[in-house]
Amino acid sequence: MELNPPLEIDKALLKKRNAAETRFKLYGLAAVLTAVLVLGLLLTSIVSKGYTAFEQTYILLDVRLDQATIDPKGTGRQEDLAAASYRGILRDALKEQFPEAESRNEKRSLYGLVGSAAEYDLRNAVLENPKLVGTTATIAVKASDDVDSYIKGFIPRDVPQSDRKIKDQELGWLDTLEADDRVIKKFNIDFFTHADSREPEEAGILGAVIGSLYTLAITLALCFPIGVLTAIYLEEFAPRNRWTDIIEVNINNLAAVPSIVFGLLGLAIFLNFFGLPRSAPLVGGMVLALMTLPTIIIASRAALKAVPPSIREAALGMGASRMQTVFHHVFPLAMPGILTGTILGMAQALGETAPLLMIGMVAFIADIPGSINDAATVLPVQIFLWADSPERGFVEKTSAAIMVLLAFLVVMNAIAVLLRKRFERRW
Amino acid sequence: MDMQNFKTREKAAMAEPKIIARDVNVYYGQSQALKSIELDIAANEVTALIGPSGCGKSTFLRCINRMNDVIESCRVEGRITLEGIDIYNSGLDPVLLRARVGMVFQKPNPFPKSIYDNIAYGPRLHGIASGKDELEATVESSLRRAGLWEEVKDRLDSPGTGLSGGQQQRLCIARAIAVNPEVILMDEPCSALDPIATAKIEELIDELRENFTIVIVTHSMQQAARVSQKTAFFHLGELVEVGETDKLFTSPEDQRTQGYITGRFG
Ligand SMILES: Nc1ncnc2c1ncn2[C@@H]1O[C@H](COP(=O)(O)OP(=O)(O)OP(=O)(O)O)[C@@H](O)[C@H]1O
Ligand SMILES: [Mg+2]
Repeated sequence: MELNPPLEIDKALLKKRNAAETRFKLYGLAAVLTAVLVLGLLLTSIVSKGYTAFEQTYILLDVRLDQATIDPKGTGRQEDLAAASYRGILRDALKEQFPEAESRNEKRSLYGLVGSAAEYDLRNAVLENPKLVGTTATIAVKASDDVDSYIKGFIPRDVPQSDRKIKDQELGWLDTLEADDRVIKKFNIDFFTHADSREPEEAGILGAVIGSLYTLAITLALCFPIGVLTAIYLEEFAPRNRWTDIIEVNINNLAAVPSIVFGLLGLAIFLNFFGLPRSAPLVGGMVLALMTLPTIIIASRAALKAVPPSIREAALGMGASRMQTVFHHVFPLAMPGILTGTILGMAQALGETAPLLMIGMVAFIADIPGSINDAATVLPVQIFLWADSPERGFVEKTSAAIMVLLAFLVVMNAIAVLLRKRFERRW
Repeated sequence: MDMQNFKTREKAAMAEPKIIARDVNVYYGQSQALKSIELDIAANEVTALIGPSGCGKSTFLRCINRMNDVIESCRVEGRITLEGIDIYNSGLDPVLLRARVGMVFQKPNPFPKSIYDNIAYGPRLHGIASGKDELEATVESSLRRAGLWEEVKDRLDSPGTGLSGGQQQRLCIARAIAVNPEVILMDEPCSALDPIATAKIEELIDELRENFTIVIVTHSMQQAARVSQKTAFFHLGELVEVGETDKLFTSPEDQRTQGYITGRFG
């Protein structure tokens, strides 16, 4: 009997084994590369579509700010200045710039060069600097969304006029303005300070951001304490029997329930039965809390389970009660894992749309919500709404809102990593 | 109480065993781990529990401070008294019992906190030291008694888990004696340590005997012979033989003890 196999066989085997290992490494590398590539493509497409939304086109107009039309009594008080009709003044300035527009239709297209809220730019300029009254000032007013799109290069010139949002005459006017250096681009601060609007150039994400914050605050306030206490009870105190087994199985199953089901539940219970307000962050937060609870419970239990039993024995052996053992030793040690799970759950809740549609958070809301009971929308729903809008101006807004949402997610994950680092201790 | 009376009472207390176990049966679910154990443990002595693996040494040790309570399937029958008080049936809170009966485990298990906080945990928990100064004094004296003070006095704030294995085990002993228990249970305290660290701990055990009653589980018969005054031999859940350590190792009465100490099984 031969105990050692001959060397030649060894070599052949070794070669095969090494080849298999190399192949496996390559597969892994290919998988990672594919993932990175797809992610990169996605990001590139979003950023390239969305970055223009952070700029807004303005038109510089020479506006005659007559004392007689703005402040006939000459009080100079802010209320009186604010009450004046700036729409007329703006139109006069446009007519002065392009006197050739005479027919009703021509005038309508001329007035359409500026955005529907451009008169407020004018008013704000006057309110900021009341000395302008009585002079002719050059003031930047917002261009309409079509002009904005054209200036940003989204509307091609070389197609028949009927297929274009900007007609030949308007193109002529814009060319004149551009030649005069009267078309400028500014950072679009309104995108971050306005709520939603029907007009793309007026629409912003602040309403959705505030709505998301309110909703997430409710979610966190509900599901962190409930989830963590549940996990601690199940992991550290509950006896192992049929009932706890059933609860455990059900929690695991709940984690896999499609989120829209939670929305239906919220609609049936919170809205129809308890009569809570529709479209409110309060209800949205409650629904998302239901959805996030299983995630937090499962993550917290895993974190508690990972604490070595020797720590519990040490504390019990010192005469600590079970509760003291948990809250002095086990829970602090499980904290990093619990926080990571919680933040991942919150990130999931931040990106959730479907259940919120069911409870009416999909309505068009032009106000920034002031409390958890006000009608509101949230970031992903805002993205959904804009993606559904026909205007060209909303295309870039959609991508820009996605960028904002992604930024929030990145920040949350960074916080998770930081917290984990901070709380992490060796044992 | 006059002096005479006190003396006689103290004598009686000396004669009375610290811990008395009578007809102790322990079950894990259906299987019986200990069968009708009868054992007296004298005060201010080291009692060693020896026997082959799985014979129930740890189980018996954990009965003495009711650490078995936390194991759900575990059931303890019979009577164990500590200074005449039935620890299972007299309504004694297991938490208070564990303050009087400390435990040191097989694997050193300091808390992932500073050395200082490791020692201070027990006194804080039981409200023993009042005030910061007293607590500091307790920490120092506990570390001194565990022979660790000189090695760690300059780094009381560094984590206890950063010490060497032998130092960690002495830290655990210091932690146990910080609450001034009457009994210290040790479950193979040296099995994870090298010979030098082991020698230090054995020396320490011998010193601690003066103030504490010690029960130690060990797999090393040399260790049992070195540190203990009494030895109890367990086999398959039964207490086969108990006696003076010298006598048990030189002239055991039972065949099974004979077999175990001469290395024929185990
Ligand atoms: N938590 C438990 N659940 C079920 N059975 C257990 C448990 N702990 C111990 N046992 C059983 O009880 C018996 C005695 O175990 P014990 O740990 O007391 O032995 P031991 O003498 O300490 O052994 P060792 O020297 O290996 O530590 C063994 O048969 C063991 O399988
Ligand atoms: Mg054992």
